Order: sequence, then C-alpha cells, then structure tokens
Amino acid sequence: MSQVTEQSPSLLGPSGGTGSRALGLVRSGLGIFVRQREATVFVVMIGLLLYFGIAYNSGFVSQVNAVDLLSENAAPIAIIAIGEVLLLICGEIDLSVGFTFTLAPFVMLYLNIYYHVPALLAIICGLLTGLVAGWVNGFITVTLRVPSFITTIGTGFIMGSMALVFSHAEPQEIPAATVNYGKWIGADSWAQIIWAVALVAIFHIVLTRTRWGLHTIAVGGNALGAREAGINSGMIKYGNFMITGVMGALVGIQTAFYNNTIDPLAGGYQPMFYGVIAAVIGGTAMLGGSGTILGAFFGAIALSTLTDGFDVAGISANPLGIIFGIAIIVAMVVNVQLARLREAGRSV
Amino acid sequence: MSLDQPAPPAGQDDSTGREFTSALEDDDVLRAEHVSKRFGAVTALVDVNLHLRKGEILGLIGDNGAGKSTLLKILCGFQRPDAGRLIVNGEEVQLRSVDHARALGVDAVYQDLALINQLSVYHNMFLKREKVHWPLLANRGMRRAARNYLDEMGVNIPSVDAQVASLSGGQRQAIAIARTVYSEAKILLLDEPLAAMGVKEAAIIMELVRDLKRRREVSMIIIAHNYGQVLEVCDRVNLLQHGEITLDKQSKDTSVQELNDIVVEEYRRALEQRQRAAS
Ligand SMILES: Nc1ncnc2c1ncn2[C@@H]1O[C@H](COP(=O)(O)OP(=O)(O)OP(=O)(O)O)[C@@H](O)[C@H]1O
Ligand SMILES: [Mg+2]
Repeated sequence: MSQVTEQSPSLLGPSGGTGSRALGLVRSGLGIFVRQREATVFVVMIGLLLYFGIAYNSGFVSQVNAVDLLSENAAPIAIIAIGEVLLLICGEIDLSVGFTFTLAPFVMLYLNIYYHVPALLAIICGLLTGLVAGWVNGFITVTLRVPSFITTIGTGFIMGSMALVFSHAEPQEIPAATVNYGKWIGADSWAQIIWAVALVAIFHIVLTRTRWGLHTIAVGGNALGAREAGINSGMIKYGNFMITGVMGALVGIQTAFYNNTIDPLAGGYQPMFYGVIAAVIGGTAMLGGSGTILGAFFGAIALSTLTDGFDVAGISANPLGIIFGIAIIVAMVVNVQLARLREAGRSV
Repeated sequence: MSLDQPAPPAGQDDSTGREFTSALEDDDVLRAEHVSKRFGAVTALVDVNLHLRKGEILGLIGDNGAGKSTLLKILCGFQRPDAGRLIVNGEEVQLRSVDHARALGVDAVYQDLALINQLSVYHNMFLKREKVHWPLLANRGMRRAARNYLDEMGVNIPSVDAQVASLSGGQRQAIAIARTVYSEAKILLLDEPLAAMGVKEAAIIMELVRDLKRRREVSMIIIAHNYGQVLEVCDRVNLLQHGEITLDKQSKDTSVQELNDIVVEEYRRALEQRQRAAS
C-alpha cells in the first residue's frame, strides 16, 4: 500500500516537445544559473580574475601573487565568512569576530611563555578563546536578549582592548615552541588556503545536508514556527556564535604565523566587514532564513581579487574605496535582481 | 492511581450554574485540571477543566480570543500554565517542551502552521523529526515518505521539492496537518485545521480524521469555528468562554442551532450589560 512511486508530473512544466530540445537545454542552463544562488558571485569572481589576469598579465598571474591573493587575502575572509553566513541565516551577526582574531594569538603567546603551557595546548587554548567569546556573545544575545548587533560591538571593544593591555600595544614575537606547528596552521604559504577550502567544504555540507543546517535556516526563516516545531533556537544561536568565534580565533592565529609576529593592531573591524560582505554578495540574506557558504567563498575570492588587483595595477589607495564601494553595490544590485527573477521563475 | 479518586472536583464546582455534564472518566488519555494562564494584564485562561477520552474526537469552540489556542499550546508543551495540572495517560506531568510532549505521544498543528517558508515541503514535513544517516540528512527517504503521505491523504501538492513559500494557504495547511498526523502521535491537537480549506479539501481532512480514529485509535482535540463541521466529525463538544469550559455535551445531544443560540445569547447579555452600565 505504501509503495507509491515518486511522481512529479508537473516538474518539467507543460511545455517540452522533442523538437525544441536545444532550446530547452539552453533554457534549463539559464534556469540553473538563475536558480543557483552562488552563480552570480561565481561569475563576478571569474570576471574579476580574468580582467586582472589579462590586463595586468605579468604581475597578476605570477605564482607569488596567486599565493598572496588566496592565502593572505581570500582565505581569512572566507573562514570568517563561514561563521557570519551561519549567524546571518539564523538572524544574528557577530561584529566582534575581528577582535577575537586579535586576541586569540595573544592568549596562545601568554599561556606558552608565562604559564609554560605546551605549544600545541597553547594553540588549542587560543582557538578556545573563540569558543568562549562565542559563548559570551550567545549568552548576552540569547539569554539576556540583547540584539547581537549591540552585544558584539561591546564584546569587540572588550577583546580589542584586552589585546592591547596584554601586549602593551607592542607587536610580540611568535613563541619559539609553537613555530613547528605554525607552518601547518598558517606560516606555510599554502596552509591558509587549504584550511579555508577544507572548512568551506565541511561547513557547506553542515549547512545543506545536516540537521544543524536545516535548523539554522528554520530559526532564521520563522523563529516562532521553529520553536513551535520543537527546535531549540537558543542552542542553534549559541552554537553558531561559538563556531564564528573559533573561526575568528583560527584566522587570528594563522595570520600571526603567516606574518611571523603577533600584532595587537591586526584584526579589528576590517576582516569582519569583509567576511560579512563576502557572505552577503555571495547570496546570504541579511534578514535571515537563507544563505550559502560556497557563495561566501566565491565572494571572498572576488573581494580579495579586487584589492589585490588594484594593488598589482598600482592604483593608489586613495580612490580605491570608491571603486570598491561601487563594486560591492553593483554586485548586490545584480544579486537582488536575480533573486527577484528566481522568485518569479519559481511560480512558473 | 490518581485515576481511582472518585469524582474529581472539576465536575462539581460549576459555579456558573450552566450545564457541565461530564465527570472525568477512567479512560482519559489527556486531562487538564484547573489550568490558568495570564499574559500580563490579559487573563487568557481562568480555570479550565477538560478531558479527552481514548479514541475520542473532542471539538473545542469559542469566540476569537477566548483562549482556545492558548489552551492547545499548553497541552502540547509549548507554553507552561501558571497553575493547574496536566495528566497524560494517567500520569501527572509538567511538560517541559514540545519535544517532551511529543515523547508522550502528544503533537499539535498550530493555528499559524509553524512552517518555514525557505524550506522545501519535505523538509518542513520532517522538521525536528528528520530521517538521518548520521551525520547527513536522509533526504531521499524523507522526500519519498512525504510524497507517499501526501498522496495517501489525497491532497494536491505538485512537488515535495517546492519551497513552502510558493504554496497556497490550503496546501500549506495540508502540509502542517500531514506532518502531525503521520507522526505516530496518539493524541493530536488541531488548531483550526480547516480554516484555509476549500470544500473538497475540508472533506478530505474530515475523512482523514475519521479514518485515523478508526485505524490508529488516535484521540483528538479539534478547534474550529464552523459548528456544522464540528458536530459532523466530533464525538463531543466543549465551549470555552471567559477562560472556562462552560459547556460540555455529546455531539448527538446538541445542534448547530443550540450552539449558535448559546453564543448569541451570551453576546446579547454582554451587550445589555454594557448598555445598562452606560445609561
Ligand atoms: N503570546 C501572547 N502574549 C500575549 N497575549 C497573548 C499571547 N497569546 C495569546 N494572548 C492573548 O490571550 C487571549 C487568548 O488568545 P488565543 O489565541 O488563545 O485565542 P483563540 O481562542 O485561539 O482565538 P482565535 O479564535 O482568534 O484563534 C487573547 O486575548 C490574546 O490576545
Ligand atoms: Mg486561536
């Protein structure tokens, strides 16, 4: 009785004679493009890479620059964007993650140097700084019901200042004992990009193929409905704050190893903003309920191609903001309009 | 054990003096005793005594804002009562969460349906009850099961992959009902399940309700505003007024006319009172 076969007759729509096959293929190709949220930003990214690759051939396509572009610029944005995508989807944001970035390597440094914690453990404790920061953000936002926009501005100030106090506002040297691990974490030129790709792949699956991802979307899509369905929305938000915190801490430690110094002025608002922008031009809704980590990854590469490309092109830093701002707005306009097409396409 | 107590007080202290025929019975699967609930200045429920027998379909009626949905949300563990006792399958329980109630076999369709627009039909149907090949979702299994349930119900949903946002009001309601009905729960609480339904779809749902009762020994509370439908499908009717159950009758002992008269009479009395107060 229950062996009813799966049948969805109207999926292909009413049209579709065999004659119009080629046309159908073109249409379905376009359809996939319009339907896939990551498509826009993917095209933008390829376009930028091609433009700078062709226009500034010798400088841009060199191996040195590719590593710079991906490991130094794109990877940190992409890793931070993973957390921001998850938070934006469930209706929150973390503006403090760049300061977790600042603080985490100092925690590692101080535990190792002053408390003689073994190097690997010190690195792990550095990462746990992010977990704690995320928990505190979750506690203030979820349990004390302060909007995360305010919560994380507050915790951001606190962590930024803690880093300044710890370091007496001076850059510190990487503790010698940790250097061996450092090359796996971020010192090696390809380390960061490998971490970024692996984490993007993992969290793309978490978001699209696991209960955690489904519940994250549900909480952001319909907060009341999700709770009525029995989802513990507080736990989802705590969890995503903690994931974001760890991502920030990881990037902070990676950057310290990459630059071979722990700088109290590294991090801050800029990597956070880039992460959020990458998320949003990648196709994540600011108002929650939908988003894509793959899109954010492409967005991170697109953003860093812009900055890096202008660098190679030798454009001075002063007008850069103008071009950057226009690029972000244009990308968003295209996104919003394509989303409207998608909505319309769905009802056909 | 608590079942052995003779004649619980609920049936007796009927201070309103109106009909309140039911004594609480031994084969009750669900009982609420002296349940009250306030929201700030609003008192939604004053002193509710209600019981549901095994295999029974109970209709719960009352004006807008009478507190029907509030009562349902208390019975399904979504909200906690300020005072009062809940007894599920003969044992007193403090429902901690929706999950807790579900574990006891109680599940609800909410008036607002609790669907997630951004998710597909089949993900909505299995929300919080997902089939999983750990750590991944078993999407294929859920898709197939969702298709089967909807076909079995006989409702017309073109694709289980569609986003719920793109469906009509009646289709959305059908999905919300399907996910609760096929959840293995033995006590179903349905808040206005027919509100958005066309004539044919309403008939399908009512047939489904009867079928469930016949085959799975499911007990149900159905909140509805259409007295004709209530009397057609329910064994017994309760009227919720002023935060209390003021009428409890077998469907066969009452009529649409009588229920209408009671509610209209109530309205007329309130109007007169107000006029008297004004003059
Ligand atoms: N979460 C809440 N916060 C504040 N007040 C509430 C809340 N839920 C319900 N109320 C109030 O409690 C009263 C009862 O509401 P309830 O939704 O239970 O009515 P109802 O009988 O289901 O009405 P309807 O037939 O319109 O669905 C109303 O006055 C309502 O304003
Ligand atoms: Mg209601």
